[in-house]
Amino acid sequence: MTRQGAYKESDDMLIDEPKLPQQGQIAALPNEFNPSYLKIYYSKLFPHADLYRWMSYGNDGKHPACDSSYLGRREFSYTLDNDIFVRYNTFNSATELENSIKDKCPLKIDIGPIYNLNPARRNAYAGDNVLTPVERELIFDIDMSDYDDVRYCCSGADVCLNCWPLMTVAVKVIDTSLRDDFGFRHILWVYSGRRGVHCWVCDRKARRLTNEQRAAVADYFRVYKGNENNYKKVSLMGQVLHPFLARSYTEVLKEYFETKLLTSQNLLSSEERYEKILEMIPDQSIASELRGKWQESRRSSSAKEDINIVRWEQLKQLLQKHKAQVVRRCVEEIVFTYTFPRLDMEVSKHMNHLLKAPFCVHPKTGRVCVPINPNNCEEFDPTTVPTLIQLLEELNREGLRSDVEGEWNKTSLANAIKLFRSSFLQPLLKICKEEMESSYNAKLQQSKNLLSW
Amino acid sequence: MQVVRSHQSHRSFSSSSGSVSASPTLPLYRSAPELEVRLEDFESFAIDRLRVLKGISDGLSRGKKPDEMEKLVNELWKTNMRHQDSSQVLNKDIISHFVLRLVYCRTEELRKWFLSMESALFRHRFRNQTAEAQRAIMEEFDLPCKAVSNAEFESLKEKLGQVARSIGHNLSLSTTDAIYYKVPFEEVPELVTGRKVFINQGYAYVAMNQVVSLVATIFRSLLSKALILTNRKWATSIREQEQHRLTPIVEALCSSYLGPDFSQPKEYGEISLKDIDQVAKSSFPLCMRHLFEKLREDHHLKHAGRMQLGLFLKGVGLNVDDSLAFWREEFSKKVGLEKFEKEYAYNIRHNYGKEGKKTDYTPYSCQKIILSTPGVGDHHGCPYRHFGEENLRAALSRMGVNSRAMEDVMGKVRNRDYQLACTLTFEALHAAPCDAGINHPNQYFSDSQRLLKAKKDSST
Repeated sequence: MTRQGAYKESDDMLIDEPKLPQQGQIAALPNEFNPSYLKIYYSKLFPHADLYRWMSYGNDGKHPACDSSYLGRREFSYTLDNDIFVRYNTFNSATELENSIKDKCPLKIDIGPIYNLNPARRNAYAGDNVLTPVERELIFDIDMSDYDDVRYCCSGADVCLNCWPLMTVAVKVIDTSLRDDFGFRHILWVYSGRRGVHCWVCDRKARRLTNEQRAAVADYFRVYKGNENNYKKVSLMGQVLHPFLARSYTEVLKEYFETKLLTSQNLLSSEERYEKILEMIPDQSIASELRGKWQESRRSSSAKEDINIVRWEQLKQLLQKHKAQVVRRCVEEIVFTYTFPRLDMEVSKHMNHLLKAPFCVHPKTGRVCVPINPNNCEEFDPTTVPTLIQLLEELNREGLRSDVEGEWNKTSLANAIKLFRSSFLQPLLKICKEEMESSYNAKLQQSKNLLSW
Repeated sequence: MQVVRSHQSHRSFSSSSGSVSASPTLPLYRSAPELEVRLEDFESFAIDRLRVLKGISDGLSRGKKPDEMEKLVNELWKTNMRHQDSSQVLNKDIISHFVLRLVYCRTEELRKWFLSMESALFRHRFRNQTAEAQRAIMEEFDLPCKAVSNAEFESLKEKLGQVARSIGHNLSLSTTDAIYYKVPFEEVPELVTGRKVFINQGYAYVAMNQVVSLVATIFRSLLSKALILTNRKWATSIREQEQHRLTPIVEALCSSYLGPDFSQPKEYGEISLKDIDQVAKSSFPLCMRHLFEKLREDHHLKHAGRMQLGLFLKGVGLNVDDSLAFWREEFSKKVGLEKFEKEYAYNIRHNYGKEGKKTDYTPYSCQKIILSTPGVGDHHGCPYRHFGEENLRAALSRMGVNSRAMEDVMGKVRNRDYQLACTLTFEALHAAPCDAGINHPNQYFSDSQRLLKAKKDSST
């Protein structure tokens, strides 16, 4: 990967031997990603042991029910320098995993499914389709660029505090549904490092879902069906909304739309923008009435109240008292269009889809893929997520102070790792252990019953 | 299942074996029954059921709506699956299904078709079962369905009502509508997908009318697995063992044409030679029109073409003498009278069963014609299949098919629904529907003649 920016003398040393940037030069170095910094990251900060424990799902113990082949059947993929992509890496122990990462220093680590047999041995078997996924977390990928048609502050790869609330909405809506509707409990939300979030549902039941079942869940979450060819991308049929949609609207969408996005995105302030919304109204006379009103008021701007809010109220007034339900429903459709989560369906549907591992560093932004706490996701700020350079600076500052927990505890990564452990890993491993023990005991009882004949 | 010779009487299974069917009228075909079957019933029961399945297939590919399909299925079942001895109706149902399993297990395509049709059939029949029977069937299928207790129903009634109204069903307060089943959401992906159910804490709350979907899915997957096993058994042992008895029947069954064979036209001499040109224009299907026109043009047709057209004409009512005169008239223009008598007349008489082994050949069905492979210089086969798009369009417009119907027809052709394309052509030219669909060129002809005669009668 070529480095952009001016070449600095001090970088000579970095080529041969990874060294921390010197104190004085911190300000001079651009805040960007550097592959040799990764080496330090993997050697001192990346939580190898946590990743190992998570992926083992309790099979790393001494209990007779533990499946020692479990971890070895999980695929890990590496993206190396020069765009080299290596699949089907497998590990059988914590040290193997750790040493491999430290050694190969991948720019990105992807986690794949658990297969029926160790993928490293896949060529030893004759026949096609010998390797089949048997377990895989239920995963979701929400990317801000899928919202480009409803955000004006940024586009493409950029993300800012004006559009980030869309991600907050997505986390709230989906997390609530996964827990309340689907009964899942072991859910990990992770910042993708640049412009989105990933979700890992790790309950045993979730891991064993078939592709068809995954597709069903992803589809349950799907409301926006857009492409360039239709101007109306959300169509909410039925006399009333499904309870899931109704709850999402009243608990999350309405508030975020009306109090945040309407103003931060200036959705109704200019003709180009309000036309997009007026297009969605099925009653032409109402649309033109509003259009007329707004074209006039353009000249007289009362700075008292935000123009977007004023206009939204006017729109709602006209639509909500209409006798046709399809017109009244338009208000919700507009809100859903501008706020409802947009998932990448393909990621969720297939068991063999790879997804980036948490705690990787995003090569374009240098930010670490840290967990997000769904309970206070509204406070998550993507612009303050620790970057690789920042972490190395912190390490440098703390110097030789030793820490019982590990080097990461001296840096901003500490909170991320603690959150990962307390809210996700520990409860998960506890349940894995309980499930393992109880199913083992059940089997024992069963065989006892058989033998007692 | 034991197949016996007809002179042996067949005994039915004792009704105490309730494990055969959870419902008294809808078997689940979980395992081959302990029955004896007469050899001729083996074939005829299967043919009757095949009529039902093909009828369903036809209805589906014509895009019939669910309530139309419901009616169709009921009619098909009533018409074909009767038995003079009412106690034998269930047996016929079970036996016919298992025989058809043998027939349709042998290739991926056959299995797919059979699976789709049997699942559709099951779905419709299940819907018409009593609530009791439906519950029994669900139990039989090990559906982890728990009936929702009254208390729970009361607490969720509002949400359940919302879901129902969101998908266009109105939840009335009648007791049947208040029956809901609780099932882990992953058991009903098709209902989760469309947000057609209320989901809470991992459970989907399925309305009674949605249960059908559930059950049909399980039926389908069980049958799918069974078909694979059947295929294995067939290939490894049954086909060999039964090569002199059941195997030929089984192999013939799936390609059988099931309509009337037009080998005995009701009125001979219905068509007179002097009318034949006009009748060809008005009532011949495209395949025969083409052969006829080419014959008039070239004064010759190759063997396969002669067979296809010749037998068709026989089915249409041309007697052997008129037929000889017809062919002689054309061929003698090309090959001369003497050669005609020497080389072609014999064959014509053969077709009427007047020579050689005296088999009375039956006119070809659409299926047979579609499967033929015309080569260079041939004009037989099915134009919807064998003509290029341009030629087909030209031929159809010469017949008088208007441009809008043309597009519909071409659409069917692209989809390889050749018989449907012909049916649409028929409908366009006669300005009348042909609900049964075209399965045989002679059917086209007789339906056409009937319509034209009716028009003539009503106008005079």
